[in-house]
Amino acid sequence: MTTTPDLVLWVVLPYACLAVFVVGHYWRYRYDKFGWTTLSSQLYESRLLRWGSPLFHFGILAVLLGHVMGLGIPKSWTEAVGISEGVYHVLAVGVGAVAGFCTLVGMAILIYRRRTVGPVFSATTRMDKVMYLALAVVILLGIANTVGGNIIDHYDYREGLSVWFRGIFRLDPHPEIMAGAPFTFQAHAVTAFLLFALWPFTRLVHVFSAPIGYLWRPYVPYRSREDRLGQRRGGRGWERVGENRRR
Amino acid sequence: MRVMAQMAMVMNLDKCIGCHTCSVTCKQTWTNRTGMEYVWFNNVETRPGQGYPRTYEDQDRWQGGWELNKRGRLTLRAGNRLKNLLTIFSSPKMPSIQDYYEPWTYDYETLTDAPLQEHTPVARPKSLISGKDMDISWSANWDDDLAGAPELAKDDPVLQKVSDKVRFEFEQTFMFYLPRICEHCLNPSCAASCPSGAIYKRSEDGIVLVDQDKCRGWRKCVTGCPYKKVYFNHRTGKAEKCTFCFPRIEVGLPTVCAETCVGRLRYIGLVLYDADAVLEAASVEDDRELLAAQRQVLLDPDDPRVVREAERSGIPRDWIEAAQRSPVWSLINRYEVALPLHPEYRTMPMVWYIPPLSPVVDVVSDTGEDAEDRGNLFAAIESLRIPVEYLAELFTAGDTAPVTAVLKRLAAMRSYMRDINLGREPDESIPEAVGMDGESLYDMYRLLAIAKYDERYVIPPAHAEQAHGLEELATECSLDYEGGPGMGGWGPFGEGSGGTTPIAVENFQALKQRQTTNTLGDPEDKESRVNLLNWDGKGKPEGLFPPRPGQDRGAPELMDGTDPDAETDPKP
Ligand code: SF4
Ligand code: SF4
Repeated sequence: MTTTPDLVLWVVLPYACLAVFVVGHYWRYRYDKFGWTTLSSQLYESRLLRWGSPLFHFGILAVLLGHVMGLGIPKSWTEAVGISEGVYHVLAVGVGAVAGFCTLVGMAILIYRRRTVGPVFSATTRMDKVMYLALAVVILLGIANTVGGNIIDHYDYREGLSVWFRGIFRLDPHPEIMAGAPFTFQAHAVTAFLLFALWPFTRLVHVFSAPIGYLWRPYVPYRSREDRLGQRRGGRGWERVGENRRR
Repeated sequence: MRVMAQMAMVMNLDKCIGCHTCSVTCKQTWTNRTGMEYVWFNNVETRPGQGYPRTYEDQDRWQGGWELNKRGRLTLRAGNRLKNLLTIFSSPKMPSIQDYYEPWTYDYETLTDAPLQEHTPVARPKSLISGKDMDISWSANWDDDLAGAPELAKDDPVLQKVSDKVRFEFEQTFMFYLPRICEHCLNPSCAASCPSGAIYKRSEDGIVLVDQDKCRGWRKCVTGCPYKKVYFNHRTGKAEKCTFCFPRIEVGLPTVCAETCVGRLRYIGLVLYDADAVLEAASVEDDRELLAAQRQVLLDPDDPRVVREAERSGIPRDWIEAAQRSPVWSLINRYEVALPLHPEYRTMPMVWYIPPLSPVVDVVSDTGEDAEDRGNLFAAIESLRIPVEYLAELFTAGDTAPVTAVLKRLAAMRSYMRDINLGREPDESIPEAVGMDGESLYDMYRLLAIAKYDERYVIPPAHAEQAHGLEELATECSLDYEGGPGMGGWGPFGEGSGGTTPIAVENFQALKQRQTTNTLGDPEDKESRVNLLNWDGKGKPEGLFPPRPGQDRGAPELMDGTDPDAETDPKP
């Protein structure tokens, strides 16, 4: 039997947050391309940043990969290709712990830097502070899960949380799975979804402009007016013939 | 052959008096906004000196521009694409604000707020970065006019390349100013370093711009540009750079720095170049061959074959004609007196310089000899190794021969013109000695000494049928953001977020009409709108002051009584 709070936490909240995430990004991109930036503060300070930022970013990229593996790939698949539970476990905990540790240290350096370096602190917006808080809580809970759920007592999230998570995207939610999960896993999931809702309104949007295309594009881009046609609306009264029909 | 047009500039360094007018007017126009306090799209450096930002020319340290890799292929000095991406989280070679300077203001309020006290209150400097009190220890022109040179000039990366033993003598005798803007390179390493592809070269006129909507603040362009002419706006988190005042260029007006230059030393015009030859020319193995290679990439606009190809690639007829009249082309390839700044960075810069002869002239006249005599000047150019070597490090990757050749032409012009001005028979052996004939030496003199506005600036306006497209580009310029002339206002994410307002090309048309007209004051049929930035000082624009009672809005007054066309022009 699913209670109302469970329904709210494990069905309504995820869908609401994901909706805000998707629509929010669309809106932000349409409305505020100019504000879509990493807002780097390297100009003010680079000694701490040199260590903190790569540690955090590479750490979190590894963590992301781990989540794709752990949440996205069903246990039956990994077992089908011959990766036993034991091997997977050692790998996940090992790599996860290292990545999590890097992320944590990186973030500690970055937060320390943000707080103590005058110019950086005064360039910090309220939104940044909220974001840092949310990010820190999610990461700390995540590390607690890696340590607590794997080493201290065992919760096989691949048969629990992961199934629920995939269910959300298959439009087949199973709140009862989460209702039975340990508290820290529940908290990690809830705060993570809240972070997703916050995402489009913070500088985190820069994640979606990871410039992978750089590896292939020609070195020097040229643009001419022909390139521009059709990419952007002209001023009112400047519509080209037939423009209305194409839109 | 793929012909493209490029808007380019030449500066005649002999005439620069180091007044910084260009820097100030540029700043007022483009960078007088928060986040841009330290940004000087145009700056004027005293050489020898460290430059701005400090020691930017030391590419071993800052890793700007291109280099040839082991296989002889052109790569970014800062590393290949993969390395560039992997170092994205903390750009390793970016200058910090301390390498520029920490901008500040003064706490003026205490001057009026302070309670009655024995000592006069002082306005203390406050950092514009942290808001705290600060000590001023450096700024954009701290070493102006060789100030502090004994300690500071030794860090000049160019000076360090010139041999040690003569350095001291050199510092005593030799100084000049170097005004710098973005070079609008043919092979821009800023654009090549930008992971987002936000920096682009306009294919119509070659102006290099940053698309503010596409820039994500990765800061790679700051490292990539060897001239350090991309700046990071620390409030908006976007890169910004010199725009070659494209809204003005589009209507045929020169850039603000050129328009306001007190020494009238800047020339703007089109050059045609072969886009297919750029990469090869930039990859020439020997640094010293780069000057010649770069000259060859530029195409002779009078060559019928070039004209045909240019038409084929869609360059309008009046642009080709403008290229034929271009003072820039003449100075670079007809008279061969202009040289590129640091060709060894391999970006193919498009702002060229006529090296200064004045240090040589000064030395000659200090000795009491005749400083307009060809023999004396030629001898001095040969014997004054240090200034020549220094100039060579700046303009020809250390090869003194082209610099000597230019200086000799300038010296020849000096002595040839003296005979003419004194009414003597011109000595035709003088131009011959520098490989020119009397007529072209005289033409060169005309261009360098007395060319009028429309000869110094040959700028074909953008085409009406292009205007819409160009206006669209204009919507991406930094002008639109907080405090900019196009001011888009505030959005929910702070300054400059949200939509933008396009620049009205029509405004500039009206302004152009006013600036190029011979009548003083503003045209009667135009609505009066005073924009001091574009006011050229002629007359008193209507509306600047409220009308005096009892005076009808009649003929505008002349402010200083000078006639702008009163320059003299000696005839041979
Ligand atoms: S000088 Fe200008 S065009 Fe050249 S690399 Fe630097 S910013 Fe780019
Ligand atoms: S305005 Fe002209 S003369 Fe004055 S510093 Fe600038 S370039 Fe030199």
